[in-house]
Amino acid sequence: MLSFATSDKAVAPAQAGANHGHVARLIGRGWTPACAGVTALFLASPAAASTGGAATPAWAMLAYLVSGVFFILALRGLSSPSSSRAGNRFGMVGMLIAVGTTLATHMPWKTGDAENSYVGPDLFGLGEIMAAIAIGAVIGVTIARRIDMRQMPELVAAFHSLVGLAAVLVGWAAYLNPEGFGLLVPFVGDGLHPANFEDRMMISPVSKIEMGLGIAIGAITFSGSIIAFAKLSGKMSGAPILLPARHVINLGTLIAIIVLTGLFAMAAPGATLPLIVALTVLAFAIGFLLIIPIGGADMPVVVSMLNSYSGWAAAAMGFTLGNSAMIITGALVGSSGAILSYIMCKAMNRSFISVIAGGFGAESGATASGGGEQRPYKTGSAEDAAFMLEQAEKVIVIPGYGMAVAQAQHALREMGDLLKAKGVEVKYAIHPVAGRMPGHMNVLLAEANVPYDEVFELEDINSEFAQCDVAFIIGANDVVNPAAKTDKTSPIYGMPVFDVDKAKQVFFIKRSMGGVGYAGVDNDVFYMDQTMMLLADAKKMVEDIVKALGH
Amino acid sequence: MDFISILSIFVLACFVGYYVVWSVTPALHTPLMAVTNAISSVIIVGALIAAAAANVPGAKWLGLLGIVLASVNIFGGFAVTARMLAMYKKKETK
Repeated sequence: MLSFATSDKAVAPAQAGANHGHVARLIGRGWTPACAGVTALFLASPAAASTGGAATPAWAMLAYLVSGVFFILALRGLSSPSSSRAGNRFGMVGMLIAVGTTLATHMPWKTGDAENSYVGPDLFGLGEIMAAIAIGAVIGVTIARRIDMRQMPELVAAFHSLVGLAAVLVGWAAYLNPEGFGLLVPFVGDGLHPANFEDRMMISPVSKIEMGLGIAIGAITFSGSIIAFAKLSGKMSGAPILLPARHVINLGTLIAIIVLTGLFAMAAPGATLPLIVALTVLAFAIGFLLIIPIGGADMPVVVSMLNSYSGWAAAAMGFTLGNSAMIITGALVGSSGAILSYIMCKAMNRSFISVIAGGFGAESGATASGGGEQRPYKTGSAEDAAFMLEQAEKVIVIPGYGMAVAQAQHALREMGDLLKAKGVEVKYAIHPVAGRMPGHMNVLLAEANVPYDEVFELEDINSEFAQCDVAFIIGANDVVNPAAKTDKTSPIYGMPVFDVDKAKQVFFIKRSMGGVGYAGVDNDVFYMDQTMMLLADAKKMVEDIVKALGH
Repeated sequence: MDFISILSIFVLACFVGYYVVWSVTPALHTPLMAVTNAISSVIIVGALIAAAAANVPGAKWLGLLGIVLASVNIFGGFAVTARMLAMYKKKETK
């Protein structure tokens, strides 16, 4: 049983109190009353007990705040590629401050016992922590160095699952050791039990709600990300798996989680264990259930959504610990993921609800198989394409994920360089859903040394197709399909697409006429008068064009 | 800190996040996800607190495991972001 008398940190609240007194004297000497008021807010120790962090000294709170500001600056840096590297370093500094502050305020401590009278930092305990960090660092850096840029979505999903699991572990640790986290408040009795029931201390109900939410969101993030990872990396079929009555099951589970969180918060100290176990198990289950019915095409939304969840999990734990760095970060990451999901949904003209409800890709498979009659189309060779590209004044390249699968981006950049040398203006047009996660295609082009100022977003370049001589489509399909503008029955109707039909000439690189895009719909662009189909492997075709251009 | 102060920070941070993220250029959305991933591992703070308190062994080991997971994310996330950002180059001026 926990008790203050034997604990390492038993003196912490008293220390904190002493600190407050010290600072209060400082304030008394020269600070203005207004400042004192603000500082007093930071130091309001009696209220602090309700949300933990009672033992956190004021300087540490300020340090966490500074670290939160650094995280804001890290995201701010990403507003342009030129400031982004500095932004990433701000992020690292913020993390260093947060970890350093925590190590300083929560140094493992030995208070001495019968066998050993040593009082001071527990060097072995510190060593264990450092070893844990080192293990993580080695694994993390190794993965980061080796990962293929095409696998970024899987990597991000895998990283999300780690954040989720870490949140669950921290939540459980806080539950098992509320004293270490400064979460204990006097037990006031609940009608059933007298006020001195069991221990005299208990975790405050507010902390328990935050803890329960943190564990639940963390667990959902973990298991959801595991499924997203499996689907993205091809370890599991991308096809949606539809359980009968899945909406009923999912809603029921969600309600059960909320009810359990409430019960857990109100339960007497002795009765909380089964509730938190049930809560954790159900949250893990709902994560699996929520992501399993979502098809591979919707994974960009899912990855962004899980990004958001991992943020909310961090924020919930930040509430438990009363830690501003965690709360600021959680809010930033949470909004970031939510905005990215919104952008992705808009780019696909899907409502967020319909993505979450899942099943996309299951129905559209049926429409594809009921295909119509064969229509005539023109094909051409690499030499034809090279000749016409040379004659052009302006070429817009539309890369899709198929380009990355074929590893054609390096050959494509070479082609662009040759054309530019011949005085042709080359631009790249990227649809928000071009890769398998937001901004994925930009990374793949950047990896192939395509300068980022030649790469444009949909809205910025769409008006230029009317003035361009050649639209060069490689590995993309749905994002140029005019059916999205005209055919109300099409599954992709309403999705913003490139107006390639306005270009004087369209080259469409495709492996064969057989397969259709992710959404499983035919594309009128194949059959237009100005379209020349270049039927071959994307990489081989571009290499052949490069060869022909070299002559 | 009392609940209302924390809630205030949270709500304001949500607004900051909203405006900051909208200003991120779409070309950097993948690095954005990688870096948000890294910074959300600030949850390591909780794991460090758990691992430092030796009085409850179960909580300590959960904390240590949490530290390993979060550090994979922190180091991996920042490193992969740095790797991606290093690839973004401007047109060389001739």
